[in-house]
Amino acid sequence: MMRKLFDIIAGNAVPAVFILISAFAIPLSGYSATYLVQELLTRIGRNSFLILSLLIPIMAGMGLNFGMVLGAMAGQIGLLFIYDWGVVGLPGMILACLIGTPIAIVLGFFCGAVLNRAKGREMVTSYILGFFINGVYQMFVLYLMGWVIPITNPTLLLSRGYGVRNAVSLVGIRGVLDNLIPTIIAGTDSAKQFININGAGTFIAVHVPYLNGAIRIPLGTLIVIGLFCLFIVWFRKTKLGQDMRAIGQNQAVADSAGIAVNRTRIIAIVISTVLACYGQIIYLQNMGTLNTYNSHDQAGMFSIAALLIGGASVSRASIANVFVGVILFHLMFIVAPMAGKNLVGEAQIGEYFRVFVSYGIIAIALVLHAWKRNREREAARRSLRGNKGGE
Amino acid sequence: MIKRFIQNAGWPRIIIALFLLALFIAAPFVGVRVDTSLSNTLVRFGMNGVMVLAMIPMVQAGCGLNFGLPLGIIAGLLGATLSIEWNVEILSWLVGMAGKYNISWLTQEFADTWREPIGLASAIIIAVPIAAILGWFYGKLLNRVKGDEMMIATYVGFSSVSFMCIAWLLLPYKHPTMVWGYAGRGLRTTISVEGYWLHVLNDSLAVNLGDYSSMPEWINHLYIPTGMLIFFAVMAVIVWIFMRTKTGTAMTAVGSNPEFARASGVNVDKMRTISVVLSTVLGAVGIIVYEQSFGFIQLYMGPFYMALPAVASILLGGASVNKASILNVIVGTFLFQGILTMTPSVINSYLQTDMSEVIRLIVSNGMILYALTRKVRG
Repeated sequence: MMRKLFDIIAGNAVPAVFILISAFAIPLSGYSATYLVQELLTRIGRNSFLILSLLIPIMAGMGLNFGMVLGAMAGQIGLLFIYDWGVVGLPGMILACLIGTPIAIVLGFFCGAVLNRAKGREMVTSYILGFFINGVYQMFVLYLMGWVIPITNPTLLLSRGYGVRNAVSLVGIRGVLDNLIPTIIAGTDSAKQFININGAGTFIAVHVPYLNGAIRIPLGTLIVIGLFCLFIVWFRKTKLGQDMRAIGQNQAVADSAGIAVNRTRIIAIVISTVLACYGQIIYLQNMGTLNTYNSHDQAGMFSIAALLIGGASVSRASIANVFVGVILFHLMFIVAPMAGKNLVGEAQIGEYFRVFVSYGIIAIALVLHAWKRNREREAARRSLRGNKGGE
Repeated sequence: MIKRFIQNAGWPRIIIALFLLALFIAAPFVGVRVDTSLSNTLVRFGMNGVMVLAMIPMVQAGCGLNFGLPLGIIAGLLGATLSIEWNVEILSWLVGMAGKYNISWLTQEFADTWREPIGLASAIIIAVPIAAILGWFYGKLLNRVKGDEMMIATYVGFSSVSFMCIAWLLLPYKHPTMVWGYAGRGLRTTISVEGYWLHVLNDSLAVNLGDYSSMPEWINHLYIPTGMLIFFAVMAVIVWIFMRTKTGTAMTAVGSNPEFARASGVNVDKMRTISVVLSTVLGAVGIIVYEQSFGFIQLYMGPFYMALPAVASILLGGASVNKASILNVIVGTFLFQGILTMTPSVINSYLQTDMSEVIRLIVSNGMILYALTRKVRG
């Protein structure tokens, strides 16, 4: 009984620590509940899809797919093209997805093939692969676009005539998915105020008494995310999904059971890359600005950190982990700078603190996973030898 | 014979070497001086050499590529900043000690003339124990996560760098050249070492061919940072000798075949810890050598990606994930830094654009990727 309790606590130590940190930091930051809920909802819409794209490779035993940045880059290329062609609104976003998909498939296939040559080192390899493809991406965007690949819109290009500029405004597709079904939750007074400003009839307004202020709900994005969760639940039950789980359990056994291990692993990475491509497009339609040379970098790190904070490990992750993670991670993201400022008078400290936490949490999760795996391996060996004493 | 050479050297290395050679040949035609380029390559070789050397112990002991180099670098940064903070105190302490123990040559005058080398030495002396302690903990950690060292090393590096970002802001440094002027506290992002130990190694015994009037025009811009190269050579020899001692041999055995090593009575975990400590200490010394040549101490996110060039260099030199030699370090650092020096100057003059960053990204990460995907035994 005690042991079981201990296991539960140990299994959820990371989320628990974060809840504790947040419990201290939220009052320190002095933000109102309405503000926090609004920010959190926005960020759930913005980031969940990206994080969900990590689940399938974990299922296939390939660890955290640091190569998801490849998909993010594919999505960004799609967005650059629709900006150039001036396609706006929801059609623009869909077109960006359509352009990104084949690129993501090719990159995902490449990534999967490389990872098959580096079994047991998938994470560090996919991590370096992200840097490598980043070099190719920069080559493509900084030199070939506008030179070999025709770009008609001069506002996209650097003043020298080729190469895409550093920040691209995505005002044409900004919030199209978020505001597809405009919805607010508001206290009675605030709702009136909100409708006065934004015009009546354009919003689905849900009245909540005693609520101070109004909260916009990115309902369109949330529905897409919900559908995607259903897809994952369904996918797990398919033949392919079962194969992946079998490979995740034990490659050798899966292989002798007649599962095409390498092929299935490639499919897992391709799916993940394509989904990351869509995830990045959703992320950027919310942000409204594309940082051509940095956006994808952060996508990988923050998504992985959030998933781990949600209680996932390198070998096991669920949909619940995604949402717990996104909420806890971003809660800290929102409150840390302000809490840092109020605590020691410097916002910069909170800023660094949250960077430290993102990296630290990934480090701790990786260490715990490897530690546990090695201990299990050692225990298995010991039981094989029938010698309880050990060395 | 040629076939064997190609096999030994490996295709990527040959391609990169030929590319570098082509750049050197093309240089005069686009108006880039070969002697200047060569000097720059030599300087950068000396700057980065020790940090690449830091890869050897861990690779040999089977701990993989040290992506956690930033940990050693942090120790070096602490040594560097403390040596400036306590510059005056260190000198007066030295003179005081000399008076106490009747060391007649160590006078105030001597300390003043040799202020800069003493500063550099103090930076190293402060950094080494810090690095050893950090390395010891880091080694203990890596022993518990065998098989996943590289990924964990990466994130240990990242999290220690970001942790130090907070520390640099909060540590009670006071020296006016180092802290932010308006707040009076918190270290600056870059700190100049000018007036402390700028170019101490570069300029000692340096050869400047321009000083000799008899030199032909095409070579008289050549500058050889002899002191720095000697320093690198000394460090390399120390590592070389160490790898041949009983401990070093045991370490290599652990890297080649841990089971066999254990059966022969070698303490596997201890050897691995020693290798990590050594690697971290070399990283700390390496960054100080780098800074005295570069002229600035880069704090905060500065050390963040510093492991990647070092890792790429040693792989470019022919090392694999579990085998590395001094020759790999020398060849690799020269090739890598050569490419870094030559691509901006030559390709930019030719194409009129700066592609060096992109080439660096592709070459260095391509090289690491190549090494990671090669089939290794065990």
